[in-house]
Amino acid sequence: MEVLKIATAGSVDDGKSTLIGRILYDTKSLTTDKLEAIEKTSKQRGYDYLDFSLATDGLVAEREQGITIDVAHIYFSTKKKSYIIADTPGHVEYTRNMVTGASTSQASIILIDARKGVIEQTNRHFFINNLLRIKDVVVTINKMDLVDYSEEVYNKIKADFEELMSKRDYQDQKITFIPVSALKGDNVVNKSDKMPWYKGEALLEHLEQLNKADIFNVGTPRFPVQYVIRPKTEDFHDFRGYAGKVYGGNLSVGDDVIVLPSKTRSKIKDIYFYNEKYETASRRSSVTITLEDDINVSRGDMIVKEGDLPTIEKQFTANVCWMDSNQLTPGGKYIVQHGVNKVLAKVDRINHKIHPDYSGIDHDVTGLGVNDIASVTFKLNKPIFYDQFKNHRTNGSFILIDTQTNNTVGAGFIQ
Amino acid sequence: MNKDTSHINSLENEAIYIMREVAAQFEKPVLLFSGGKDSITLVRLAVKAFYPAKVPFPLMHIDTGHNFPETIEFRDRLVEELGLELIVRNVQDSIDQGKVKEESGRYASRNMLQTTTLLDAIEEFKFDACIGGARRDEEKARAKERIFSVRDDFGQWDEKNQRPELFDMLNGEIEHGQNVRVFPISNWTELDVWSYIEQENIEIPSIYFAHKRKVFLRDGMIWSADDEVVYRDNHEEVVEELVRFRTVGDMSCTAAVLSDATTISKVVEEIRESTISERGARIDDKRSEAAMEKRKQQGYF
Repeated sequence: MEVLKIATAGSVDDGKSTLIGRILYDTKSLTTDKLEAIEKTSKQRGYDYLDFSLATDGLVAEREQGITIDVAHIYFSTKKKSYIIADTPGHVEYTRNMVTGASTSQASIILIDARKGVIEQTNRHFFINNLLRIKDVVVTINKMDLVDYSEEVYNKIKADFEELMSKRDYQDQKITFIPVSALKGDNVVNKSDKMPWYKGEALLEHLEQLNKADIFNVGTPRFPVQYVIRPKTEDFHDFRGYAGKVYGGNLSVGDDVIVLPSKTRSKIKDIYFYNEKYETASRRSSVTITLEDDINVSRGDMIVKEGDLPTIEKQFTANVCWMDSNQLTPGGKYIVQHGVNKVLAKVDRINHKIHPDYSGIDHDVTGLGVNDIASVTFKLNKPIFYDQFKNHRTNGSFILIDTQTNNTVGAGFIQ
Repeated sequence: MNKDTSHINSLENEAIYIMREVAAQFEKPVLLFSGGKDSITLVRLAVKAFYPAKVPFPLMHIDTGHNFPETIEFRDRLVEELGLELIVRNVQDSIDQGKVKEESGRYASRNMLQTTTLLDAIEEFKFDACIGGARRDEEKARAKERIFSVRDDFGQWDEKNQRPELFDMLNGEIEHGQNVRVFPISNWTELDVWSYIEQENIEIPSIYFAHKRKVFLRDGMIWSADDEVVYRDNHEEVVEELVRFRTVGDMSCTAAVLSDATTISKVVEEIRESTISERGARIDDKRSEAAMEKRKQQGYF
């Protein structure tokens, strides 16, 4: 059984929480006590239906305003898969939360209100899915019950969205359109008989059949050293293990490797996972590696396969999503956290600002405000070892940390 | 090996990664240990993360004094077997020092009082990272919790100003006096924890398994009849039932469920079939719908 992380994006009142509540309800993931709480509150508010959004909107402020203001994680499972939904808010001002939710997701659901069609927000949601190179996107056209389950309405929205798709720069993305009514349960978990003209799958059916190749980009193996394990015990006197997570591809015992930044060559001697040795460490496993040679390796170094080097540079250009109320300006200094490696960075220049609704770019930019997305060139105090984001989702991304407040103030995708 | 084919194994890999980030990014981390299944799972993950070296941080138990005796006994044995360092701080001391006042009446519990003792201990030892076993599936407010969750000097959680957490990059930069609560099993569900305990053959306290116990019924829930700790009205009759506990908190706020699950595989089966969520058996969350969020803002785990 695999785990599938899905980001959801929709505008206010698109019924995103209702959709998630519906999925939970129809997959019998809501427990009796949660269901009772929803029934009770729905009744108190005078609704004649169950308000499934109550299942997900966690914070007091959200319940009061009836909106979602932060990323919430929702868990459910079927016989086939375990799912995590990153429920991200869809307001203009919360782009940062959408980027955050999408950054750990392999698939995404974009919600469109059938009565409103493709709106400016939809452009943004799709833009972010594209920027983060989410491989599987489901465009869910909701509230079909309010447009008489009309095929015409569905086709119009689909055509509008396809126009948007022609503008994307990441083409290797599967996009599926599904007409649903979250409130009535049509085409969410179960196929609806209200829309015989729709020949595709229900939303959950679609998610159930996704496999690894549909959702993961395979790249070259990168092993950023997280922690050096030196037990200094009698049994493991000379043991020097490099703990970390394998990204992109697999590493095997006997592989010729190069340690960056020293560019020292060696060979993988052993791969440990706890007290067992393995021949191969597969991507995303947290292993401990030992090398044939006694060389100096520390946290932030990277072990890569020989002949497969990343770019080693003291500067780079990236698309940055700015997340802080203090502006990013040229000359500003930040910590770049690239994986587990931290370096000091200076903003060399802001090349241009990108309108996240596909309406073009601005060249004349003095600074970036919260939720701005822009191409920015950074200079670093020491080199990092990166790949372009389009080739390596992990080794091509970074976060920016404010040196004064210590807050995470931006995320970047190296070009 | 193919570590990412199985759901549980991918969660394990993620948690091990987080444990290592804690050890690398902080000077004085501590693992908050309650003796419950979640913190026992954390210990297992920590042992795996640093093998063959020792776990590079101590465990700390905030003891309410109202724990099930089985839990304490288990705790001491675990620490000894694994050669771990254990720090215990007592809520009773905070009460004796007049820092907190004991609750009284039917729903009296020391659960809320733990916060003061915890914050004092963090200050005493200058801990900059506290690893906890909270999971996002437990409760709605926890669903918004970050993996690295920054707390201010007063241990408070500012839920509206949380740092965004992207990819698997964890930002542990903090100012002096602040600390970070770390939740390595954020993405695990209750069933995941139980499945992991079964898969890894991890020993857990006996009260998690069905056993005969003197109990009484109140508000449709089953309470342990331990008159020294749990308030009981005279009309609340004590009976003996076959029960087990789904969470192991304070005796005064942890209800039992009727069960005949005497082995781990039977427990897993029971959880799979269960229709009452885990926190449904915790009276402290029932105080109000926003109960957990309020406690978290005040510095609760």
